[in-house]
Amino acid sequence: MKSGLSKRLEGLRSIGLGQALSWTLPIWAVLIAFLVGSVIIAGAGANPIQAYAALFRGAVGNGGLVATTLVKSIPLMLAGLSVVLAYRASVFNIGGEGQIYMGALFAVWGGTLLHLPAGVHLPIVLALGMVGGFLWSAIPGYLKAARGFNEVIVTIFMNYIAVAIVSYLVHGPMRESGWNYQSRAVDESARLPIILPGTSLHLGLVVALAAAVLAHILLFHTTLGYRLRMVGFNAEAARYAGVKVTLITVLAMALSGALAGLAGAVEIAGVQFRLLEGFSPGWGFDAIAVALVGQLHPAGVLLAALFFGALRTGANSMQTAVGLPMVVVQVIQGLTVLFMMIGAAVQHYGLWRPARREK
Amino acid sequence: MTTPPFLQIEEITKTFPGVVANDKVSFDVAAGEIHALLGENGAGKTTLVSTLYGLHRPDSGRIRLRGKEITLRSSRDAIALGIGMVHQHFMLVQPLTVAENIVLGMRSPREPLLSLGPASQEIERLSRTYGLEVDPAAQVWQLSVGMQQRVEIVKALYRGADLLILDEPTAVLTPQEIHELFNVLRRLKAEGHAVIFISHKLDEVMAISDRVTVLRDGRVVNTVATAGTDKAALARMMVGREVLFQFDKPPAQLGDAVLNVRDLCVMGNRRQMAVRDVSFDLRRGEILGVAGVDGNGQSELVEAIAGLRPAASGQISINGRALAAFQPSDLLDLNVAHIPQDRQRVGLVMDFSVSENLVARLFSLLPFARSGFLQWKAIRENADGRIKEFDIRAPNSEVKARSLSGGNQQKVILARELSRAPDLILASQPTRGLDVGATEFVEGRLLEQRARGAAIIYVSTELEEILSLSDRVMVLHRGEIMGMVRPGEVTEEEMGLMMAGEKRMTAQEKMEARQS
Amino acid sequence: MLETLQQLLWSGDLIYATLRLTTPLLFAALGGLMCERAGVLNIGLEGMMLGGALTAYVVALRMGNPWLGILAALFVGAITGLLFAVVVVTFRANQIVSAVGMNILMLGLTGVALRAAVGLSIGQSPAPTIPIWEIPGLAGLPLIGPVLFAHLPFVYLVFVLAGAMAFIFYRTTWGLAIRAVGENPRAAETVGIDVIRVRYATVVWSGIFAAVGGAILSIGYLNTFQEGLTAGRGFIAFSAIIFGRYTPLGTLLASLLFGFTDALQLRIQAFGVQIPYQFLVVLPYIVTLLALFVAGRSKGPAASGLPYAPGEE
Repeated sequence: MKSGLSKRLEGLRSIGLGQALSWTLPIWAVLIAFLVGSVIIAGAGANPIQAYAALFRGAVGNGGLVATTLVKSIPLMLAGLSVVLAYRASVFNIGGEGQIYMGALFAVWGGTLLHLPAGVHLPIVLALGMVGGFLWSAIPGYLKAARGFNEVIVTIFMNYIAVAIVSYLVHGPMRESGWNYQSRAVDESARLPIILPGTSLHLGLVVALAAAVLAHILLFHTTLGYRLRMVGFNAEAARYAGVKVTLITVLAMALSGALAGLAGAVEIAGVQFRLLEGFSPGWGFDAIAVALVGQLHPAGVLLAALFFGALRTGANSMQTAVGLPMVVVQVIQGLTVLFMMIGAAVQHYGLWRPARREK
Repeated sequence: MTTPPFLQIEEITKTFPGVVANDKVSFDVAAGEIHALLGENGAGKTTLVSTLYGLHRPDSGRIRLRGKEITLRSSRDAIALGIGMVHQHFMLVQPLTVAENIVLGMRSPREPLLSLGPASQEIERLSRTYGLEVDPAAQVWQLSVGMQQRVEIVKALYRGADLLILDEPTAVLTPQEIHELFNVLRRLKAEGHAVIFISHKLDEVMAISDRVTVLRDGRVVNTVATAGTDKAALARMMVGREVLFQFDKPPAQLGDAVLNVRDLCVMGNRRQMAVRDVSFDLRRGEILGVAGVDGNGQSELVEAIAGLRPAASGQISINGRALAAFQPSDLLDLNVAHIPQDRQRVGLVMDFSVSENLVARLFSLLPFARSGFLQWKAIRENADGRIKEFDIRAPNSEVKARSLSGGNQQKVILARELSRAPDLILASQPTRGLDVGATEFVEGRLLEQRARGAAIIYVSTELEEILSLSDRVMVLHRGEIMGMVRPGEVTEEEMGLMMAGEKRMTAQEKMEARQS
Repeated sequence: MLETLQQLLWSGDLIYATLRLTTPLLFAALGGLMCERAGVLNIGLEGMMLGGALTAYVVALRMGNPWLGILAALFVGAITGLLFAVVVVTFRANQIVSAVGMNILMLGLTGVALRAAVGLSIGQSPAPTIPIWEIPGLAGLPLIGPVLFAHLPFVYLVFVLAGAMAFIFYRTTWGLAIRAVGENPRAAETVGIDVIRVRYATVVWSGIFAAVGGAILSIGYLNTFQEGLTAGRGFIAFSAIIFGRYTPLGTLLASLLFGFTDALQLRIQAFGVQIPYQFLVVLPYIVTLLALFVAGRSKGPAASGLPYAPGEE
């Protein structure tokens, strides 16, 4: 007889969470996704080889493009880490998009309403972004842990709501007079400095790298991380061992949201400076592919984010070169997620064979 | 001309990755025979009958039914050939009715429409013929375990089974229910059915079977006529060495009371009262056995004392501290160890390494953590020590718990729970599913703890085991204490009556029986 | 004020719009219900709807016939369902994460396909639409005629299908097999039911149902397609199943509630009430969340979401 608890928190078993997956799996998944993608590109009337060549050139063709790729990878790194943190506790956070919006909103508030000296203002703005994401994702965390909601559904709906709130604010209360639908820009003191002169590469990259290191320490070297992973693998055993499962689940989700919120804040402080409707091109969803291809490891996430950042940068040139729309990126990402999941399942269960006997 | 035996199994071999489950197994069963398949846990009995029922394909070997070789691709083939099976874990769909469960997977006379009315009549007819009373309209989840088993038997007969396989059918029954089951089996035999009866309990095999085939490590040791053998001989064949039916246990050295439970009521998962007004005391150096048919409140009682389930009313005090609304995290402080019933789902995190599992309760304490940071060196050293001390067979401390055998997984739990010299040990079915060697290891460790002065609650559904290990035995039926007895002062018959709820203590006796 | 409220709520228009907006939701929800009763969670309904919507639009536009569009959507829905079944039933990949991957893929695919099929002139390419079918005799009734009996044929069809599904679930051997597979696949297998086949069939049907729901959006109510046209309706449909406690009737009622919410917010917008439209647009999501909150625990089939391997012990 299954108890309510395990039923409530089951979510993500059978995904190869933390099991020793072959490190080649992401490479295979991406390669096969590109292969299938080429069929789709051909179906859309473009030459796949030309398309991928344009994609590659557009991503790393020259120094400036490399810098752009790096800049585009920064929110993906942070959002990817966000997915990992929740996933490790067996919560599937696909609310990254909404949490990014909330983080950006809080950051813009901090950057426009507070006026502080440089060196103080920036950290506060970034911290506010984390608070925004934290609070916004604590809600679905609570609904899952305490009320048994499916977190995918809740976070999806909360994405729509967050986008609507930001849309309302930039149309109304926060709208900069005389301009189109956008907020005022944050103070200079709240902006991330450029670290490579002549490019757009900003200090956010260092923030993302630091976040990855901290996430690694949190997951594998602290008691909180131990609790979190324990809940992720087996909530029933965690409860038996004295872990407060509901609290940890909410916390995992909220911390995950904080990282997504940081992604929004970094994007505000490093690139956009003001809040716009449609501010994120879907980083919250890209993050899912980033986290899975990164094998749910902080270091892997950094690499995967670079890859998908390059994909986004290159897709720009691909659009101009062969007339393929940007959404090709989504096709590749969706396929990558599916092949990662198939690969993980095959490694876990074996192929065409009855599952390993677990008595 | 001799007619061939009803069922012939010839040199069946079945391997799983890394395990030979059945190695050239051969035996035969006659119509009108009850044939026992005897063996320890893991001897390959269940694999063998799953093959017979079409759930596995054998790697090699043949099965002949009525002299003709048959190939079973699925259970559908087996059913069509008149093979029926009652699985150890019943294959019933809980929210469906008895009739729905029985017709499930069969063609309806009004296909594709269901026709439950005529089916119910047929079910009632079968019930009468074989003395298997069932209500076709009842939903399965509402039925007692014994009743569900009857549904399983009717289900097989409804499909026209001539050969009925019963996998450990008595594990979940009271002695009286076992008695009734045996009557049903005898009636089936008289009607010419062949029955394969799987068990690891010698008494039952002696009582019901015509012949016995003994399996050990996937091989047939021998097939003998029941009338020409005895328990000791069968035990030797089953285990491969002499087995002690009793072990020496020094008399209890009782100390102070560690646990007092008063008027405890606990809710179960189905929102029924699973434990009702239970009161007892437990002292150092004492093993209190909790006997009862599975699902009569034992798990809920232990879970309440372990802080995993809130008490609906009543009181639990440990070492004189009355506990209200306490959490599993308090067990550490109270110095209580808990060996849970389900070691894979509750006791261990299967994807954690052995070393991580060995600190599952202690990870936040020195020396395993300092200011919230894990100290991996200390965690690994601890693991190496425990692995040696408890003889855990693992290549190293960093392999996943999943990769260990059942016995070694249980040793990991014992090593973790017993290493702190607990005052109170809650042991829930600690030997379930283990082979004889591992069982002896677990029992030995618990007796050591008793000698050291721990108070132990020992829950088991195996009467023999409980009577040999406990100093006192509490019998539960539907969450109520039916009796508080001492082994040696009670017959199995009486225990059976208590487990079935037919015999109970008076209120006066209950009061007196609280104390050791 | 009170008068406005009265006008708002007691009008045939609102009921008409409720039925209209419930229909695509209910199609997807009934499809999802079928495979969920067999133990497969389908959060991919959203993507499957999107696929159906795009296919119907493109084919109706190219062929000049909306019915061919519907037919093509059925086909594409079946293919999408089949692919999802391969991933989660055969390969046993995690159902939730795979479905999310599926949704991302479908979002991209429909975008690429749209551009390939009609280029950038989407606005100028109206497709022929499914005509309204007034039920002879009934549509002429005063008051209720125009409200209840002057709809797309699919509106009538979906309510019939909900009833049919209840009948199939509780009165046929197929339904019994589906329910058994969702609750205890091992038990179903031991009595000779092919669990994998049942799951494949129900997942394919869920793809077909969802695709029809999507097609109604693109060539039933509009004459065009835009990226992300379904706007989360697949997720609302998924929630309707939970709120409807996994029964056809409950799912029907839940879908009606969500359809009504959508109709209401549109009507409030049309009335020019002083509420920012952004908040009205998200009203269905908020009501869905509240409904789930009020409903509390709704127990799905016991084996829901769990992969199954035949012959496993």
